[in-house]
Amino acid sequence: MDEFMLIFRHEDGKKIASPEQMQIWMKATMDWIGGIAAQNKYVLGNGLLFDDARVVHHNKMVTNGPFGEIKETLGGYIIVRAESADEAASFAKDCPILGGEGNTVEVRKIIREKDMHC
Amino acid sequence: MRQQELIPHLFRTEFSKITAVLCKHFGIDHIELAEDIAGETFLLAMETWPYKGAPENPSAWLYVVAKNKAKNYFARAHMFREKIMPELKQTNDTPAPEIDLSDKNISDSQLQMLFAVCHPCIPAEAQIGLALRILCGFGIDEIANAFLSNKENINKRLFRAREKLRAEKVAIEMPEAAAIPQRLNAVLTTLYLLYNEGYYSESQDAVIREELCVEAMRLTKLLLDNPLTNTPAVNALMALMCFHASRLPARKDKNGALVLYQDQDESLWNRSLIAEGACYLHAASQGTALSPYHLEATIAWWHTNKEDTPEKWDNILQLYNRLLQLQYSPVAALNRTFALSKVKGNAAALPEAEKLGLSGNPYYHALLGELYQGIDNQQALHHLQQAWHLSKTLPEKQTLQQKIDHLPTT
Repeated sequence: MDEFMLIFRHEDGKKIASPEQMQIWMKATMDWIGGIAAQNKYVLGNGLLFDDARVVHHNKMVTNGPFGEIKETLGGYIIVRAESADEAASFAKDCPILGGEGNTVEVRKIIREKDMHC
Repeated sequence: MRQQELIPHLFRTEFSKITAVLCKHFGIDHIELAEDIAGETFLLAMETWPYKGAPENPSAWLYVVAKNKAKNYFARAHMFREKIMPELKQTNDTPAPEIDLSDKNISDSQLQMLFAVCHPCIPAEAQIGLALRILCGFGIDEIANAFLSNKENINKRLFRAREKLRAEKVAIEMPEAAAIPQRLNAVLTTLYLLYNEGYYSESQDAVIREELCVEAMRLTKLLLDNPLTNTPAVNALMALMCFHASRLPARKDKNGALVLYQDQDESLWNRSLIAEGACYLHAASQGTALSPYHLEATIAWWHTNKEDTPEKWDNILQLYNRLLQLQYSPVAALNRTFALSKVKGNAAALPEAEKLGLSGNPYYHALLGELYQGIDNQQALHHLQQAWHLSKTLPEKQTLQQKIDHLPTT
């Protein structure tokens, strides 16, 4: 069993959701994660706030937030256990953020010690 | 209290007190000695009270006898040492120290024993066994009954656990303040398992099962009474136990068969225990730490209201979602899926249920049997039959058989 990170990419982080929408979205996300956890395949996860973000550039210049310059922004991630990238992708298919047009979930295998030596 | 009830009752309450104090006194190397002295004390009571009548203050009588037996043991051990090791003759005659059976020392000793017994070096099952023996005064037969095992196995298990405590030189004392949170976790796990052993045990003996619950609650109370261990998590565990215990009287019908939650007579639920649980849950909400016990206690609180409302099941589902993120267990996974079916309907819950991967678990098939009803009765029948085959107890098999019989044939 490997660990995979499912990374939530939002096309437009500036879209403001109403508190009601946020609550519905939160519940849907918790139901989605709960379903993975019920299979004993959830490891950990975090949501990322759009507010109060910084981007540190090559020349050490600091700007407020990734918006405007980068088209997609990260909304959060979870780490799951799965037999294969395909299984991890099958979890990702049910992720509620995919309800937003242009949003994607990126599935990446996490490097383990043994992968580093080859 | 009648004579024949008096000794068993005292045995339950006093054996563990005497054993804990003596253990504390002699050290972990002499657990058996402490148990033996406590046992002999009761033997003497059983031999003499029926003829002479019970003493006016039976507990005090037992304490005096136990103290004397301990003193005699010291004297004998001393003589023995002198005989076989003459070189020890020169050593000072140390008088046997006084055994302190005050209330304070009893509860201190029991609390310290609880930490010693729940030392991480011994396996959970053995921890529960030792706790039942030393802290709850259960006989080997009763422990074997509770674990659906035999006397020999339990004796072996306890023997190995005592050896381990000796080998690791586990001290009978409160852990250092810094070590308490971690050690307390192990203690809470044992108390939680002890309680569950009583609540969900497959043992047929209803009396023993209830006593397991009562004892788990008594030991949890011991933790709450000490400021060092009166933490939010302990309060949450106590709340959970109170909420579940409130249904104990409603869980059995006249013939001792299990009554399922939805068929229980609410008027039999113990309202004062529910109120007590709510107080503990309130106390548990101080601080920021969220333990699995907090989530389970809150779920149990929702269940103290039998009426099905969308709000109730919505909350229960969210609580199970969080519980599973903190800590996976097959029971939580099954209950979460049941809650999901209550919120989103059977058709939505079925694909998630199929993914749980618990095919050797009777409750998994019982859940699928439930969810398939009205959608695919053939599948429902198949899973109920699977559950019937996998289930280990007669009351469960009877409940499943009823469901199979009531399944509409299409």
